[in-house]
Amino acid sequence: MLYFTKWKAALVLLVCALGVIYAAPNFLPSGTFPTESSYLPGKQINLGLDLRGGSHMLLEVDTDSVLRERYDALADAIRTELRQEQIRNRPREATENGAEITILRPEDVEKAREIARTAEPNTELSGEGNNIVVTYNEVAYRELIDRAIAQSLEVVRRRVDELGTTEPSIQRQGENRIVVQVPGLDDPSRLRAILGRTAKMNFHLVNNEKTAADARATGLPPGTMILPSADEGDGIREYLIDRRIVVSGDNLVDSQPTFSDGRPVVSFRFDAAGGARFGDITSKNSGRGLAIVLDGEVISAPRINEPILGGNGIITGQFSVQEANDLSLLLRAGALPAPMQILEERSVGPGLGQDSVEAGEFAAILGLVFVIAFMVISYGRFGIYADIALMMNLILVLAVMSVLQATLTLPGIAGIVLTVGMAVDANVLIFERIREERRNGRSIINSIDAGYRSAMSTILDANITTLIAALVLFSFGSGPIKGFAVTLAIGIITSMFSAIWLTRLLIATWVKRSRPTELVI
Amino acid sequence: MKPLHLIPDDVNVPFLKFRKIFYIVSLVMVLASVGMFFTKGLNFGIDFRGGILVEIKTNGPADINALRDNLGSLGLGDVSIQEFGEPDDVLIQLQRQDGEEEAQMAALAAVTKALGEDVTIRRSELVGPKVGSELKEAGVYSVVISLFLIMVYIWIRFEWQFAIASVAALLHDVLITIGFFVITGVQFDLATLAAVLTVAGYSINDTVVVFDRIREYLRKFRKMEIPDLLDLSINSTLARTTMTSFTTLLALIALFVFGGEAIRGFTMALIFGIVIGTYSSICVASPLLVVLRLKRKIPEAEEGQEANA
Repeated sequence: MLYFTKWKAALVLLVCALGVIYAAPNFLPSGTFPTESSYLPGKQINLGLDLRGGSHMLLEVDTDSVLRERYDALADAIRTELRQEQIRNRPREATENGAEITILRPEDVEKAREIARTAEPNTELSGEGNNIVVTYNEVAYRELIDRAIAQSLEVVRRRVDELGTTEPSIQRQGENRIVVQVPGLDDPSRLRAILGRTAKMNFHLVNNEKTAADARATGLPPGTMILPSADEGDGIREYLIDRRIVVSGDNLVDSQPTFSDGRPVVSFRFDAAGGARFGDITSKNSGRGLAIVLDGEVISAPRINEPILGGNGIITGQFSVQEANDLSLLLRAGALPAPMQILEERSVGPGLGQDSVEAGEFAAILGLVFVIAFMVISYGRFGIYADIALMMNLILVLAVMSVLQATLTLPGIAGIVLTVGMAVDANVLIFERIREERRNGRSIINSIDAGYRSAMSTILDANITTLIAALVLFSFGSGPIKGFAVTLAIGIITSMFSAIWLTRLLIATWVKRSRPTELVI
Repeated sequence: MKPLHLIPDDVNVPFLKFRKIFYIVSLVMVLASVGMFFTKGLNFGIDFRGGILVEIKTNGPADINALRDNLGSLGLGDVSIQEFGEPDDVLIQLQRQDGEEEAQMAALAAVTKALGEDVTIRRSELVGPKVGSELKEAGVYSVVISLFLIMVYIWIRFEWQFAIASVAALLHDVLITIGFFVITGVQFDLATLAAVLTVAGYSINDTVVVFDRIREYLRKFRKMEIPDLLDLSINSTLARTTMTSFTTLLALIALFVFGGEAIRGFTMALIFGIVIGTYSSICVASPLLVVLRLKRKIPEAEEGQEANA
């Protein structure tokens, strides 16, 4: 029936009013309203990185290396116990598949298995013959991975915070991935530089028996390794250093970029324990080289000339000012528990984002004008009602997006433009139906009524199928595509309200007021 | 002013009479699309292939050849360099580098360095091999799942013949839209995939409107031959079908012309898909019902419900 109960009419108007109120902040300068409260109006639509500029990075934490490290440590612990029991054994290369040890005498295997079984809780024992393999069970594995990711998130957050941008977002995704989104970043290469590094720094003594070249020719002395130089500018390509870590980077509490002899250097400060160790090492090893190793490369290996007792020091190297800044930043923020890989990066400069917004706005308005004009030409007065509903629909889309704090992306703008075209579809269906009913000789009121009634199931079917596609896009899509699915889905739902209820209220009011004798449609 | 009727009220096109022609035209288009897809293949963008994309703005018109020499000498494989909308706007794309994620990073760093300080980097994208293959997988899933869910919905709401006919029309539209990308060589990326899915939703939308009418007339005109009834249904919804497509196209053409280079491929896919979708819902989906031997099986009680019209 065309008749509207008072409360129904009031409800339609209320929804429209709410739409206007919630959408309004988007047309006012930002910060006009306080935005703390979550459901009061005042919030503006979240612009995606492609519209406001910024960087999106998808990182993967190398959890295998965490496992390798842990299994290596576990194997060490077990071997220590085995040695105490005089059980001869040989370590195997550490893998992510478990701590593996080979027992040399068959008669020891039974006892060794018993020791390995009780070495650490939440582990499982396997392996055949004289091989022992200890692996973490599901619970311990989860905990290990979760902890590594949590630590990585924390370190990434500290590093990104150092860039001083507003509202970076850092989130875990899936099992071992981290999504970093930094709006308004001018130079993504900076972000790349600070996120692409593990920043594990350790101090090792340089071996004083042989050079790296000698060791390559005659074999490595026990307990040593060869590491490449980070920078070959000083003519040294490799160093032979002791495996043992004399002071670990975990003991660092601060680091700053500074200058020494006019060259950029990085200063650092140890905590009390680290400072004491550092003082001890530098006192006992005067004359030897102290290698500063970052992520498996020797940054520099200065000679120890005198004991360094204050717990402070500087790292010299072939740094540019930027590199010194980055290194000190990385040392301050701490090392990642495991290396990370950048799987995906998308960065948009602020200029392009602004251009995209302008182009999108212009196209949307132009499309709107076309559709509005065409509807009036095709349906006269009814077209005007449909146009009012169309505008209301746009306002509602903006309002819903503001309330939900959904992100508007460039494809999202396309989604809105598409809804403009499709929103009038419901009205086209209804109006065409009214025309038909009139042609079949029904009265004005009857035709309008029948038009709305018979078009309803068609509108529902048609919109639900499009909504299915939008929802699937939302759940499978990433970033920008999600933005498209969001605006499309919201637009479809709000258009059902505006195109059906709002136009119906408008038409009902008109029919009641002016009691038309002829329907020009 | 008398409102404009795009389609005359008494339109009566005997669509069913020409159905064999439509079948042939559609079959040729579908087979050509599938054939080209397997021979020529899609021009996948870096989203699916993995690789690097950098959009730069130069001071004054860009010297494409100089850029090509400069970046070509880096030894990073195929470098595609093209003007992007404006003469001072250039899009650089690099194929996926051999090796893992680090290799891509290094290549991006090399390109940025080679470009130097004179140009502004407006946008840079890097998709590693891992993410590329994942996106491809997710893309295939999303197409298959949407088609499946839409079919289930139609099946619940209509007879099975409608479900099959609508999905056939849907596949027809999706395949030909993909064929359009193969033939034009327009890059196929995440955004265009979204466009293809939207075309699917839109195409089914159009088809459903006609099917709803067929269902209604099946109840109303119990004596009419099925082909005549289909023709009547198509004709009485023809005004709506064309009107909606027309308004949607109006909005999309505005977006295509003024929406910026970045979403041009996306809007192009939508425009093409909507034209094809409109064609298929008129000329393919409904005539297919005859092939599928649509029958009335409406119980007596519902008869004549709307006969007073």
